[in-house]
Amino acid sequence: MMEAHPYIPNSAPVVKEEMLRDIGIRDVHALFQDIPETIRMNSALELPPRRCEMETRLQVEDMLSRNSSTRDITSFLGGGVWPHYVPAAVDEIVARSEFITSYTPYQPEISQGILQAMFEYQSMIAELMGMEFANSSLYDWGTALGEAARMSARVTGRDEFLVPHYIQPDRLRTLKTFSEPAGIRIVEVGQDRRTGAILKDDLQQKVSSNTAGVYIENPSYLGFLEPGAKGIGEIAHEKGALFVIGADPTSLGLFASPGELDADIAIGEGQPLGNHMNYGGPLLGLFACRGARLLRQMPGRLIGMTMTRDGTSKAFTMVLQTREQHIRREKASSNICTNEALCAVAAAAYLALMGPRGLEELGKLILANSTYAMRQLGGLDGITVPVFEGQHFKEFVVRFDGTGVAASQVNAKLRHHGIQGGICLHDQFPELGQSALYCVTELHTREQIDQLVSAMKVVIGERA
Amino acid sequence: LTFKQAQWDEPLIIERSSEGRVGFSLPSPETPSVNVTVQLLRKRLPKLPELSETEVVQHYVRLSQQNYGVDLGIYPLGSCTMKYNPKMSDRVVATPKLQDLHPLQDAESVQGILRILYELSGWLAEIVGLNKVSLQPAAGAHGEFAGAMIMRAYHRRNGELEKRDEIVVPDSAHGTNPASAAMAGFKVVEMPSNQEGCVDLEALRSSLSHRTAGLMLTNPNTLGMFESDILEIAELVHAAGGLLYYDGANLNAMLGEAKPGRMGFDIVHINIHKTFATPHGGGGPGSGPIAVTKELERFLPVPTVERSGDKYYLDFERPDSIGKIRSFWGNIAVLVRAYAYIMMMGRDGLEKVADISVLNANYLAKKLSEVRGLELPFPEKLRKHEFVLSAAKMARETGVTAAHLSKRLLDFGIHAPTVYFPLIVDEALMIEPTETVSKQELDKTVIAFSKASAEAYTNPELVRDAPRNTAVTRIDEARASHPKTMQLTWRRGTQSA
Repeated sequence: MMEAHPYIPNSAPVVKEEMLRDIGIRDVHALFQDIPETIRMNSALELPPRRCEMETRLQVEDMLSRNSSTRDITSFLGGGVWPHYVPAAVDEIVARSEFITSYTPYQPEISQGILQAMFEYQSMIAELMGMEFANSSLYDWGTALGEAARMSARVTGRDEFLVPHYIQPDRLRTLKTFSEPAGIRIVEVGQDRRTGAILKDDLQQKVSSNTAGVYIENPSYLGFLEPGAKGIGEIAHEKGALFVIGADPTSLGLFASPGELDADIAIGEGQPLGNHMNYGGPLLGLFACRGARLLRQMPGRLIGMTMTRDGTSKAFTMVLQTREQHIRREKASSNICTNEALCAVAAAAYLALMGPRGLEELGKLILANSTYAMRQLGGLDGITVPVFEGQHFKEFVVRFDGTGVAASQVNAKLRHHGIQGGICLHDQFPELGQSALYCVTELHTREQIDQLVSAMKVVIGERA
Repeated sequence: LTFKQAQWDEPLIIERSSEGRVGFSLPSPETPSVNVTVQLLRKRLPKLPELSETEVVQHYVRLSQQNYGVDLGIYPLGSCTMKYNPKMSDRVVATPKLQDLHPLQDAESVQGILRILYELSGWLAEIVGLNKVSLQPAAGAHGEFAGAMIMRAYHRRNGELEKRDEIVVPDSAHGTNPASAAMAGFKVVEMPSNQEGCVDLEALRSSLSHRTAGLMLTNPNTLGMFESDILEIAELVHAAGGLLYYDGANLNAMLGEAKPGRMGFDIVHINIHKTFATPHGGGGPGSGPIAVTKELERFLPVPTVERSGDKYYLDFERPDSIGKIRSFWGNIAVLVRAYAYIMMMGRDGLEKVADISVLNANYLAKKLSEVRGLELPFPEKLRKHEFVLSAAKMARETGVTAAHLSKRLLDFGIHAPTVYFPLIVDEALMIEPTETVSKQELDKTVIAFSKASAEAYTNPELVRDAPRNTAVTRIDEARASHPKTMQLTWRRGTQSA
């Protein structure tokens, strides 16, 4: 193996020697002599030996090739990360080396590109959510929910946060992790077993002068829309609580935005906007709000549009940094520093390509495909679909109780047909019996849905 | 030193919009369209641009040309470890075999990725000298939060959480340390550094008490100096009943040289996007795995990646876990890049990283400390991967501050150092060249500093008015953040703000 390494220019012995001579040091190890002997490593790291690029690449590719992706098997998994088409132009844009190899834009004059892209991202997310302001990203929907609860508590000075019963398990657990040290209690509000709608009586009973925020998801984790969202907001606001709505951005070309439903804070997962699933990460936490009072408490980085000092051109820079950890330290609104900037650029590029019409058309297509799948599956004996009566989008619950086959068994058998079934819900929601959450998007063809239905027939023992 | 950044005067993307243009094509509907109750529908379509794909691509490529990145030259932001990002790492993740994997697929269909994550966990544990790793945190600060939550869980289990409500941080710490500690419900006790910029053992003793939950420290510290008293520090913290947390932002200099675990640290976070060369993407995504001692393993976030025989799986049965800190399992596409990077470096390559990053920093420190108006505080101390210069003398003598100087560097096509941090150095310029910068680039950096310094002493206005060669000239920051003029979206100004 060569002494010099391709990523380390000054590892070339001649260069290294010259530099050492220049600063009057005989050996690099002299620069480490302030590390006590008892700590210094006296043997090499137990790692594999260095491999060349070709070997590395082949080995990693070989390892990855052992996965079966959603291109190899027809998958109906969603529930927090969803399969959507990523236009080639988006992949190309985020691969631009000037974007991908840049840091947080602490020197705005030389970082206008990423700053303008982030400002436009904030604008598009605010538009999509129907809100006044959006930050330039958080880690994911789960942490955005945690931050929303903490922000609600800061703004109102209260310590209870109300959440719906049907919520994605990771999201709920993340919320609890974020809330516990802040002394915020999470209170669950019931949902109608027939329609999925938030039970207004239960909400009235639980909302109080201790309530910092009332959170709903629209569409819900189980795919149904909340018919009474505005009324929920009214109840929250009457008690002086904030109204927080979580939304899937692919629904927002079609369905009412959080802003139209009077939300104070809107959050969501931005992965469907031009970001690949990547086995669950990186993701993109959407976070928007309205009003100056809330803006000052918002977590995360914000980009503003301003002018150059000489007034000759528009310019972009980070603003309201006094909320952030590098200025405010322990009094910051959040500890976040590194965020998901490049995923936000992908989302912005995606939204720019789609435009308002594209997003609406996408919504209609997902709605048509998922409704078709619901109807076809609902025609099978013993299967109940959808389990809730309300309007659905993209996802729906399939219940197998009438078939005598457990949901996990259904999935095991579907695998033999080259199909990955939906998320089994029994552990989290035992009251739903043997059921699973299915996701259908624009990526699913009618043929694939028909194949699912045929395979399902076989799996549940109905004669094909 | 001739440099001129592209100036496209590119309009906002919404200003390029023309009604009826589209940049997308979707499959024709094969399934019947569906009518929806009007109350559920959106009343007004979002105001998004209407553009062809050509225009969208041109817009972003123009913007990218107004952005400086590691691929263009030195990016010596201290504590940010802006090293070169191998192209190979970006290539190996651009495959449907990773991009199109759903996190809830059956374990048997994802054995390849689980094995990568399992092996990477093991490698990281070995590198930092601790027992077990969670790959879940999305960033360094997220790892700090997870680590502080583990401190919480540990003290709660010992029945001491009520009384142990303080986390000690040095005054030279990264801002995320106190912010993360506070977010995890602790009070922050700031400890003054000693005359040499290191932990003052006396100050530490008086900061520690029965209320101490832990100490957060980076080593080498933010001045780039190794805390030689680290074993004594660890002993004091442990004797007080606290845990020792390692902020891994400065791990680069320690690779293969010394392990945080051997220094006595109980919890470590690792900035994958710094030390392990994954691209920072203009601010993210990064990845901030944490490693812990055997005693703290039980508290790691759920799930962990495990192996049974030759099968890999996610383990959710962890009753003492702090729970979930995010959705799903981590920033996987970032982690796979790091896996490829470590494989390509190998054990000897990683040692070279530490050696040359320290050599480059010391070389640059020596040269820059000779520049008029700049001083290297604590000159007798060795530096590791980074160092902090003070421009206080220059500011006194010429009125040119660290901020001015850094703006002038931009004019020479050199990214500025981190300025005004750490807070304990007046007019601080915090510089981390990394191991991936050539001697020629370092020498060019020295020339740029020297030129800016000469200008400061002869024509200070020239420096104070910089930059001129960047996409825009000096920005009106006051206007940007003033409630009357602040604009955060293209919708309108923020009158209500």
